Amino acid sequence: MGDKKRLLDLRDVSIVFGGLRAVSNFTMHIDEGELVGLIGPNGAGKTTAFNMITGVYVPTEGEIYFDGKLINGKKSYQVTQMGMARTFQNIRLFSELSVLDNVKIANNMHIGYSLPHAIFRVNKYFDEEKKVTEQGMELLKLFHLDKHAHDMAKNLPYGAQRRLEIARALATKPQLLLLDEPAAGMNPQETKELMEMIKWLRDNFKISILLIEHDMSLVMGVCERLYVLEYGMCIATGTPAEIKKNKRVIKAYLGGEV
Amino acid sequence: MNKVRMFDLKALIASAVVFAILQGLMAAEIIGPFWELNLVLICINIILASSLNMINGFTGQFSIGHAGFLAVGAYMGAVMTVKLGFSFPLAIIAGTIAAGILGFLIGLPTLRLDGDYLAIATLGLGEIIRICILNIEYVGGASGLMGIPRMTNFVITFWLMIAVLFFIKNFKNSAHGRACLAIRENEIAADTMGIDTTKYKVMAFTLGASFAGTAGVLFSHYFFIAHPASFTFMRSFDILTMVVLGGLGSLTGSITGAILLTFISAALADFPEWRMIIYSLAMIILMLYRPQGLFGNKELSEKVFSSLKGGKNNG
Repeated sequence: MGDKKRLLDLRDVSIVFGGLRAVSNFTMHIDEGELVGLIGPNGAGKTTAFNMITGVYVPTEGEIYFDGKLINGKKSYQVTQMGMARTFQNIRLFSELSVLDNVKIANNMHIGYSLPHAIFRVNKYFDEEKKVTEQGMELLKLFHLDKHAHDMAKNLPYGAQRRLEIARALATKPQLLLLDEPAAGMNPQETKELMEMIKWLRDNFKISILLIEHDMSLVMGVCERLYVLEYGMCIATGTPAEIKKNKRVIKAYLGGEV
Repeated sequence: MNKVRMFDLKALIASAVVFAILQGLMAAEIIGPFWELNLVLICINIILASSLNMINGFTGQFSIGHAGFLAVGAYMGAVMTVKLGFSFPLAIIAGTIAAGILGFLIGLPTLRLDGDYLAIATLGLGEIIRICILNIEYVGGASGLMGIPRMTNFVITFWLMIAVLFFIKNFKNSAHGRACLAIRENEIAADTMGIDTTKYKVMAFTLGASFAGTAGVLFSHYFFIAHPASFTFMRSFDILTMVVLGGLGSLTGSITGAILLTFISAALADFPEWRMIIYSLAMIILMLYRPQGLFGNKELSEKVFSSLKGGKNNG
């Protein structure tokens, strides 16, 4: 592996909405191949931080570097094209399209034909379409979705929709995958399977993962490093074992005196 | 030869057969001049409906100013042949490009709006185009541009329509078309999948507008005259009705919608007082029983296919 490259680097990032400082002086980094968790109570600013990283919001202060390049103010699609993919807390699939199309759309930026090629249906169009379809089916197979490939996405059961969202994000061929509360709405058994899957994703696809999560057992089980947010501030960082013992974190989660 | 090309070939053969039958019926004078005129009108309306479907149905951007682009095509084509003396094919190209350029220029700022706001903006723009034309003396102003030679005939209209339909079908089945569908389904998710949403919205809008321009040239060269009154917002609604009737997002739906509505209004030509009543009744019934349109967002071929094995899918 050699020495690890710094993939994502947030330096003193803040965002202000009117009078509210939703995220304040947040500094974090993710190295290549790392599995990092971002936790915190409700309304701590986790998703806001996520949205800044993925270009939905522009930070008021501070800089975000991805793969050595400044990405402040870049649009979402540009950030994705640089190699960052995400899922959503509330599932956002292309629900009236087939499962396979969902994945094919995510592959769009890697497609090697232009509009005239498609209109006049030259061989290049067929070659590329075949490639994209094959890649899509392969990916769906890994997520056990291949038998649903031609079903509409909205007809999938909840757990399968979650899996499809992750598969779709991976179809953009990212270096960094951001998962926004992937365990939301899942039962303990499904959460456990998800944990295994996240680890497997990292090893199998050789990507880094940033995970936002509520469910402490999930993050403690899979993440190598954690950042804890409360009221927009980073109150602790370290390995899961360190975080478990941190008094401020316990207070943030359980309340009570220090 | 692969399956997709096979399908294209079959579709082409089918259209040639339809063409031959219609042409034969016209030659045998079973289809008289009145219905011949309506056949040309059906073809023009199919071009209009399917091009509007690219914007409203595939990309989900609710535009109701299509008559504006139709007008630009109609006048541009007429100016080319009447005033400047160019040939008809050149007029078609010029009308298409002019409407496309205008669509691009209008699309760039307005497609930042969405939903109702975009609808209002496009409605307004359609009217602006018409009123501008109304005040340009060079093209006849309020009395319209007269003396346009009849160069459109059934043959040209039919095959241009087929070409446009193939274009739109191939567009829909390409990565670009999928990007547009993704925008319709969920713009935020499309954005995070690396799709430049503005680019694809403007692309669909420009292509849709240029085909409306093509239809405009055909239109003005069939009816001898280009008159501002033909391009009011009522015309835009007519086209929109065809699209919605057939089903937003379904190309075969647009074709069916265009044929059906043009046919109904032609068949009721003798009862003008009943026409609008039946027309609106049909709309109300449709909205009550099939609000997604006749075909929803499916194509006819898919629909037949999935209903054949529907039971298995639902299990």
